[in-house]
Amino acid sequence: MDTDKCFHCGNEIPKKDEVIFDEKAFCCNGCKTVYEIFSQNDLTCYYDFQASPGATPQDIKGKYDFLDNEEIVAKLLDFQEETTSIVSLYVPHIHCSSCIWILENLQKLQQGIIASSVNFGEKKVRITFSPKETSLKRIVELLSSIGYEPYISLENYGETKKKVDRSLIYKIGVAFFCFGNIMLLSFPEYFEVNEYWINQYRGFFRWLIFGLSLPTFFYSASGYYVSAWKSVKAGLLNIDVPIALGIIVMFVRSTVDIIFDYGQGFFDSMAGLIFFMLLGRLFQIKTYDFLSFERDYKSYFPIAVTKIATDGTEIPVQVYDIQKGDRLLIRNQELLPVDGILISEKASIDYSFVTGEAVAIEKKSGDKLFAGGKQLGKVIEMEVLFSVSQSYLTQLWSNDVFQKKVEQKHKSITDKVSRYFTPALLILSIVSFLYWVFIDVTTAFNVFTAILIVACPCALALTAPFTLGNVLRIMGNKKLYLKNALVIEQLSKVDAIVFDKTGTITTNKKTAITYEGIELNNAELRLLKNVLRGSNHPLSRRLYDFIPNQEKLEIESFEEIIGKGIEAIIDGKKVKLGSSQFLKTMTENTHKKTKVHVEIDGKYKGSYVFNNQYRQGLEQLFEKLSHEYDLYVLSGDNDGERKILEKMLPANTTLVFNQKPDQKLLYLEKLQKEGKNVMMIGDGLNDAGALAQSNVGISISENVNVFSPACDGILDATQFDKIAYFMKFSKNAMRTIYISFGISLLYNIVGLSYAVTGNLLPIVAAIIMPLSTITIVSFVTIMSNIYSLKKY
Amino acid sequence: MSVIYFLITISIVVAIFFLYAFIRAVRSGQFDDDYTPSVRMLFEDELKKETNKNQINITKEKQL
Repeated sequence: MDTDKCFHCGNEIPKKDEVIFDEKAFCCNGCKTVYEIFSQNDLTCYYDFQASPGATPQDIKGKYDFLDNEEIVAKLLDFQEETTSIVSLYVPHIHCSSCIWILENLQKLQQGIIASSVNFGEKKVRITFSPKETSLKRIVELLSSIGYEPYISLENYGETKKKVDRSLIYKIGVAFFCFGNIMLLSFPEYFEVNEYWINQYRGFFRWLIFGLSLPTFFYSASGYYVSAWKSVKAGLLNIDVPIALGIIVMFVRSTVDIIFDYGQGFFDSMAGLIFFMLLGRLFQIKTYDFLSFERDYKSYFPIAVTKIATDGTEIPVQVYDIQKGDRLLIRNQELLPVDGILISEKASIDYSFVTGEAVAIEKKSGDKLFAGGKQLGKVIEMEVLFSVSQSYLTQLWSNDVFQKKVEQKHKSITDKVSRYFTPALLILSIVSFLYWVFIDVTTAFNVFTAILIVACPCALALTAPFTLGNVLRIMGNKKLYLKNALVIEQLSKVDAIVFDKTGTITTNKKTAITYEGIELNNAELRLLKNVLRGSNHPLSRRLYDFIPNQEKLEIESFEEIIGKGIEAIIDGKKVKLGSSQFLKTMTENTHKKTKVHVEIDGKYKGSYVFNNQYRQGLEQLFEKLSHEYDLYVLSGDNDGERKILEKMLPANTTLVFNQKPDQKLLYLEKLQKEGKNVMMIGDGLNDAGALAQSNVGISISENVNVFSPACDGILDATQFDKIAYFMKFSKNAMRTIYISFGISLLYNIVGLSYAVTGNLLPIVAAIIMPLSTITIVSFVTIMSNIYSLKKY
Repeated sequence: MSVIYFLITISIVVAIFFLYAFIRAVRSGQFDDDYTPSVRMLFEDELKKETNKNQINITKEKQL
């Protein structure tokens, strides 16, 4: 076993915090406690499936007091009866088989839990328990105590249970059943020889096939009729129009054929076509169940907070019931649900959900607090200024962009092609009909229907779903999770990219400070800390926070030279801190990194390096993108960093500072009015408006399970430097689609040449249709995989 | 030759039975989560081993 890693959670163990228990090393008491709980209950198998699967339990004291409120609990439960209740809880930490195992053995840890089952894809655990023996609050506390804290937010409250739509699967099942049987029954006639028994039983076979085709025609294909009808009514000719037309013509003509004994009809092709097309639909739907693309502030706000009643008692109150003038108690790590005024002496508010800025902001008594911030540290009291819906942040969601249906924003590539394809097809069939009608009326009808049948754009309709579905999966493996396949098309059309600054092009992890040089002993650290105490320079403040607490020393002399450093005499020793010029140690090229050099008693010791807070690969990424796209950086901050950014980023990048959330939205709208297809890359709730307004909104997230505003796609923050690759890949995906459109049109032309001349036999149709489908599907799959390997 | 009516009827009935079984399986939610069951299946053995261990412990205690 690796001794440097915690046995429970796998984090590195800082030497002084190491806890040894049962011959195993833990990084903190929390992890040790979880191990203890498991070993007492004979559940140490947990560690067998995966090494260090756990998470450190968080301090949750009082956090779930609102679960004592029965009304709130009733809203959260899936099912409630006197003896059994069922609840589904979203647990973001679920990530491996150990998690499944421990969560499905909860009944061993608490009396009253009857059963629990995990849905790994959705990261949900469904717990059946007896409310007489335990309560939701106790279960939640148990889960939190073993490191599986469930995520309960305002969204869960009043959420109507979604019905799972499985109709596509049923339709495919039915279509496959019919397709298979029809194919088998059609075989004898494919090889028609005038044998006695075929002639004898032909009627029986044909009518059986007819019967089998009914479920496919009326049930499986029903979605196409609805869609085609809607598009005709809207005056657009989408791809479903020729499909529906083809299916209906196929069915009617085949029925006429067998009634008048003209032939066997095209039922086999029809069933196959419907089956393959439904399969394409299924393939295109790749959902990331554990992600949500529709999140708004409700997903982050708590269900209830603690209110201090006039008589001083603490009562949990539902967030929507908070009124102006109420006094609220906010604990460590709790979110402020409303705007208010701080009553307690001091608070330290982390606005990373809103702005992406990780450094907490200090507030003093009487300061205004905005909703969306998280209190770090002690318990605070605040007085409410606005109710939830009227708070500064939540007002953003009353903007119109959030009411718009996303589907309406653009037409898909297939629909665009079909706008030309459908009329061309209709014209061709009518022209050939008119031509034949003067020669032979029966042939004219045959030709007319044959054209509509063979031109039914099966391969055309399958191209986009299979390509985009495949690309969606490849991107998902590379940690860009897109909402649906349409986003890829949008991505390929983008010509302007807007970045948020804080949290997007900068990391929102605290910037690490590292020390390079001769190691400093404790006495020297004490000197440094005391010198830094007197300085107000931002770097001094950060370094001061970085050095562990030391006892106070009297400073004898202190001089700060602005822009250079500090020189101080302390405890009889001369300490110099500052830039390399100040210390006259030009040891290395230092312009890339921010460093503070240290010299004690005339001896150079080393330097503290402030690592760049910008994301890795930012410069290269912008450099690559700048050739093809207009780049913008929108920031809510003041322009303090303008100089640095101008130096780092390509010259054609537009930098805009001091943007409020709604101004960001308007800025994007302005760009769109100039005719640009804008992609917005942001991270915080303050970008939500801009993300919704943009053509493609991608949100960057350090932890995709927990946080991201509503958007079209979620990008794992570690993949930030690959944005250029994803853009290129989406363009190549579209190219693949265009090429295969060409191929499928080729098939159509071959089929049409049979149809126009009046020679379309059922067997030809039955061969062309699956053949074209298979070539198209394999072509696009291979092409998109090849493109995905291309580096950019 | 009329046996062919009989045989084809049987084959269709069998096929319909499978279709029905498939639809029932979908309806019961069997295909909603395609990952967890594959992992869960592997746990059974571990659990058994553990209960055995417990039983051994208990019997040992009894002997004492």
